Amino acid sequence: MVGRSLREIVWARLRRDRVALICFAILVVMYLLAIVGPYLLNALGYDPYTFDRAAISNSGGQPVLPNGGIEFPKHPLGVEWGTGRDIMAQLLSGLRISLIVSTSATILTVLIGTVVGIVAGYAGGWTDQILGRLMDLVLAFPFLLIVLALSGVMTDRLTAMGVPEGNTSRVLYLILVMSLFGWPYLARIVRGQVLSLREREFVEAAVAMGAGTPRILFGEMLPNLWAPILVYTTLTLPSYIGLEAALSFLGVGVLPPDTTFGAMLANSVSYFQVVPLYLFIPGGMLVLLVVSFNLLGDSLRDALDPKAIH
Amino acid sequence: MTDAGKEVLEVSNLRTYFPVRSRGVLPRTIGQVKAVDGVDLAVGPGETLGLVGESGSGKTTVARSVLMLVRPTSGSVKIEGQEITRLSQRDLAPVRRKAAMIFQDPYNALNPRHTVGGIISAPFKIQKIEPEGGVKRAVQTLMERVGLNPEHYNRYPNEFSGGQRQRIGIARAVALRPKLIVCDEPVSALDVSIQAQILNLLRDLQHEFGISYLFVAHDLAVVRQISHRVAVMYLGHMMETASRKVLYSQPLHPYTHSLLSAVPIPDPARQRERNRILLEGDLPSPINPPSGCVFRTRCFQAQERCAVEIPPLVEVAPGHKVACHFPIATVPKSVVTEHQAHELAPVEGVPVPPAGPDRVVPA
Ligand SMILES: Nc1ncnc2c1ncn2[C@@H]1O[C@H](COP(=O)(O)OP(=O)(O)O)[C@@H](O)[C@H]1O
Ligand SMILES: [Mg+2]
Repeated sequence: MVGRSLREIVWARLRRDRVALICFAILVVMYLLAIVGPYLLNALGYDPYTFDRAAISNSGGQPVLPNGGIEFPKHPLGVEWGTGRDIMAQLLSGLRISLIVSTSATILTVLIGTVVGIVAGYAGGWTDQILGRLMDLVLAFPFLLIVLALSGVMTDRLTAMGVPEGNTSRVLYLILVMSLFGWPYLARIVRGQVLSLREREFVEAAVAMGAGTPRILFGEMLPNLWAPILVYTTLTLPSYIGLEAALSFLGVGVLPPDTTFGAMLANSVSYFQVVPLYLFIPGGMLVLLVVSFNLLGDSLRDALDPKAIH
Repeated sequence: MTDAGKEVLEVSNLRTYFPVRSRGVLPRTIGQVKAVDGVDLAVGPGETLGLVGESGSGKTTVARSVLMLVRPTSGSVKIEGQEITRLSQRDLAPVRRKAAMIFQDPYNALNPRHTVGGIISAPFKIQKIEPEGGVKRAVQTLMERVGLNPEHYNRYPNEFSGGQRQRIGIARAVALRPKLIVCDEPVSALDVSIQAQILNLLRDLQHEFGISYLFVAHDLAVVRQISHRVAVMYLGHMMETASRKVLYSQPLHPYTHSLLSAVPIPDPARQRERNRILLEGDLPSPINPPSGCVFRTRCFQAQERCAVEIPPLVEVAPGHKVACHFPIATVPKSVVTEHQAHELAPVEGVPVPPAGPDRVVPA
């Protein structure tokens, strides 16, 4: 018998799962691209903000060269209609914003959901009732409507609170609304788990040793909650990437000159007939990202399946 | 035995009721489960008190109440003379160094996500005690002492058998050298062969560290192996307490008689010969216990008086108390006369000597 922690068991299983490994590799590359990509491109002379008037026609603004102005090595993925900005550079800076928004929002969501879920499940009684009603309330809100309606007001409010104005405030707004509306799903899952965990004798054993509530919640319960939290995290991330794209598409996200997948997709609609690549490049990235996360999440869920572990 | 102040654990008139709530949006309390209803007991230094009774008689609730894992409704619990029922969780912390617990289910009592090392070092960490030579050294010494391989420090509970897990639980309980350990059916989830090993370990640790045990079990054979004195409980009430020898040879309470007659005797001839007193019916509900003596509904001795008058727990001989209007004084086929039996009972204030060679160890 080999001493095996949860991590070791899961790792051993994932290692045998080729799909999971490929997805994991893709995601690692994506994050690396998002982190160092823009600097790298900058060093190589690509820049998402620089207009290239030579690449577009003077009259209509359409790219001079076919397929959206693909030109090696100057514009490997073409240029933007009307400005001539480099699509590859835009794609990478969009990837960065997309991952910043979705990753931060996921972390916040998971934090809030876990803490509220643990507290509600362990405290029970009135605390549980109140938190439960709060979850119902949040889930009952017409999310999209509110996000769109409050966008301007809340972004200004954030700026007034000292957040740098412009896209920093807009990105922060996105992160906040996504987490504030997203946490109840995880909180419910965690609460249910805690309800059954607190009946286990090891919790009573901790009390009998003199453990305080923080130790019981975070020392005894939390280690038993990693599996659902991890699975939920990997499934929330792609949904937030899609949500960010959708919100950008609707105009809530970042404004030019910055861009994200959603904004690029929104732009592409006008030129799709002429340059389908405008749609397929950011769309393909988005699909690759979301599918990789989802497949990895599914594999992780299988690997963490408690029925198979015990 | 009643020499106040010398007892490690002294419980008097303990009552623990659980509210019964109606279901619905606005739950109301509609009744009470009288799980423990006026229990007295005491455990002296280095002594083991066995607490027996059918399942549902309130033994676990006594065990949990003694350590304030559930707050008693009323009554007093003293550990080394200190009244603890009204202490806050924070003020209980130092008490928890002196009194530990071993649980019934070795699969549930250990956190599956903690390593053995983490589990056994928890008492040191929680109580912020730094043993000489460090926590890890202390834990490995403990592991060795309870019969575990100290190299398995980093393993997880699911890699161990039930008996080994119970050893982990025991190591955790003795880590801080407590004066008292409350054991709630520590061997009933284990195979008989392993039961004997665990009981021996508990007994050795008791001699080595001078621990007192409140040892809960429903199995009279197990209690007999480890206890110096035995208390019999039924539906939240104490029926009879006596030294081990007296209780098994000279029981007075009809309930004790029926419990003893349910224990199989290894010798088939004697098994056939003796009269088995079968308990009829089920345990009554502790929400609505019978009037008078709670045992009367199933008692073959019951008379009218039993329904109206609660029998007090009275000392009929030194160290032998019984709560019954019509105790059964005659014991069929006993090798020990009543007179002799009471001579064997411990004298007040003097700790009961450890059980001798007459101890029953299952084959
Ligand atoms: N937390 C609780 N809430 C309500 N009723 C309880 C609770 N714990 C125990 N009881 C009830 O108290 C009675 C005694 O239970 P218990 O102490 O577990 O007995 P034993 O350990 O002797 O089997 C039972 O009727 C049981 O249903
Ligand atoms: Mg029990």
